[in-house]
Amino acid sequence: MLKPLGDSALLIQLGDEINSALNERVHALNMLLQSNAITGILETIPAYSTLLIHYDPLTLTFDQVTDWVRDKMTQLDDAFHRTPRRLEVPVRYGSASSLDLEAVATSRGISPADVIRIHSEREYIVYMMGFTPGFPYMGRLDERLVMPRLQTPRTLVRAGTVAIAASQTGIYPLDSPGGWHLIGWTPLKLFDPTSNTPFLFSAGDVVKFIPLEPLEPLESDSSLALRVLSEGGSKLPDSRINDHA
Amino acid sequence: MLEVMDVSGLVTFQDCGRPGWQSYGVPVSGPMDWFAHRVANSLINNPSDAPVIEIGLGEAIFRAKRDCVLAVAGAGFEVANYIWTFPLWTSFYVRAGWHVQVKKISGGNWAYLAIAGGFETPSILGSRSTYLRGGLGSAIRTGDILEAGKPANELSKLAARNFPVEKYLNYSQSPVIEVIPGPQTDRFTEDGIQTFYRNEYTLSNSFDRMGYRLDGKPISHLAGADLISEGMTMGSVQIPANGQPIVMMADAPTTGGYPKIANVIRADLPLLAQCEAGVSKIRFRETTVEKAQEKLRKTIRSRSGLQPDDFR
Repeated sequence: MLKPLGDSALLIQLGDEINSALNERVHALNMLLQSNAITGILETIPAYSTLLIHYDPLTLTFDQVTDWVRDKMTQLDDAFHRTPRRLEVPVRYGSASSLDLEAVATSRGISPADVIRIHSEREYIVYMMGFTPGFPYMGRLDERLVMPRLQTPRTLVRAGTVAIAASQTGIYPLDSPGGWHLIGWTPLKLFDPTSNTPFLFSAGDVVKFIPLEPLEPLESDSSLALRVLSEGGSKLPDSRINDHA
Repeated sequence: MLEVMDVSGLVTFQDCGRPGWQSYGVPVSGPMDWFAHRVANSLINNPSDAPVIEIGLGEAIFRAKRDCVLAVAGAGFEVANYIWTFPLWTSFYVRAGWHVQVKKISGGNWAYLAIAGGFETPSILGSRSTYLRGGLGSAIRTGDILEAGKPANELSKLAARNFPVEKYLNYSQSPVIEVIPGPQTDRFTEDGIQTFYRNEYTLSNSFDRMGYRLDGKPISHLAGADLISEGMTMGSVQIPANGQPIVMMADAPTTGGYPKIANVIRADLPLLAQCEAGVSKIRFRETTVEKAQEKLRKTIRSRSGLQPDDFR
């Protein structure tokens, strides 16, 4: 479903729920459109089930943008394939920043060790980025860890804190207020405006948390670095003729 | 170069904004009133994306450290220089040692002070706009020394220019603001939609660079105010559970989770930005994307010193 958002953006709605398959489709479409951008397309914002396209209203009409999107969407349906970037993130669970690890365990009727195991055993997709620069909304969390947000958000959560809320998990990139349950901390810097790559995560990445032993030092250890397992990419079939062969 | 003698309120550098990082959660920022921002720069032949001091929710007093030419545009302020005061939309010569006050009066919220040659302030992620919540840049404080670059022309040629009155935007405290309906029109009752278009709203005291909360007759949802978060933009009109509209402004988060009943068109954003809390009587009127883009083109074309490129 294509709808205008004001006079310089187009909202593409692919569904109306939070699930990984739908979100995967959002990122595939985003990658396809990014790699086939036309003059006047400024930037895109992938979210759970939607993709927002910002365009230059002095260069493109709404109809020109919708025509371009419709045309590309047929390629997505046919044969587009996306390989996500896969990342491993070291986390110290149960550190001073993990104020809610015990509370989460108690409330869910499991042990803190179970929380750590369950949280770190599956891969998460970065559904979208938002809230503050560099904050990744990731899912989907195992049902055994699903809890509503805090009634009263904390006024300060330390940068690097790993947290969960509802069916999601995230990491706070900056010292900021926060209403999620805090269960771990990563020494990685999620946002560095002075760097050539200012953001650790991109929407569409696939992330796995690697628990650190409680006594492992947090300084200058290679195991503490981000591990990029694969860079990701996308492809369309070379020729449509092959499809009929 | 200027020394900041006294500031109150929210005083920051703003260039044309920081697009390109929205998918990472970084708001675009930039001026609340793009029109006044562009005019301030164009009055003194600065590039249109030169950083300008945005003065809002307070006042500011500067002292020139050397001879310079300043230009001020916006609404709700006047310039005071010792014994005289003069209106905005002009450029003027300031001798070393002189004080210049950008003084709050009524009729708007934001003023833009440009200096011939442009302010020199660090670029972060490709922009000199300040985004306080994200720690990008910092507010301008008393005691700061604000460096400036070399002017494009001789100072005497840049001073005493006036932006023609007939080319002013129609700033008003009872504006009719044009909007594009949607994208979540289907999340409101028919009555709720009529309420939005048929009633007056005023700006509440809760407003800043991120958003404007409006007060007026509440707008009724069809089935709750929860939306799965999705991208939004400056001008997006979100309706939370209490039914009172929040219009997203320059520092708007890139995504939001309330249904959007409409989106203010670019050409009218400056009019909304300059509405005063408790005073304004704002009405909304439906238009189409096509007409909105034409109005934007006209607004840019019919105002001297504003080239289409300046808008970007």
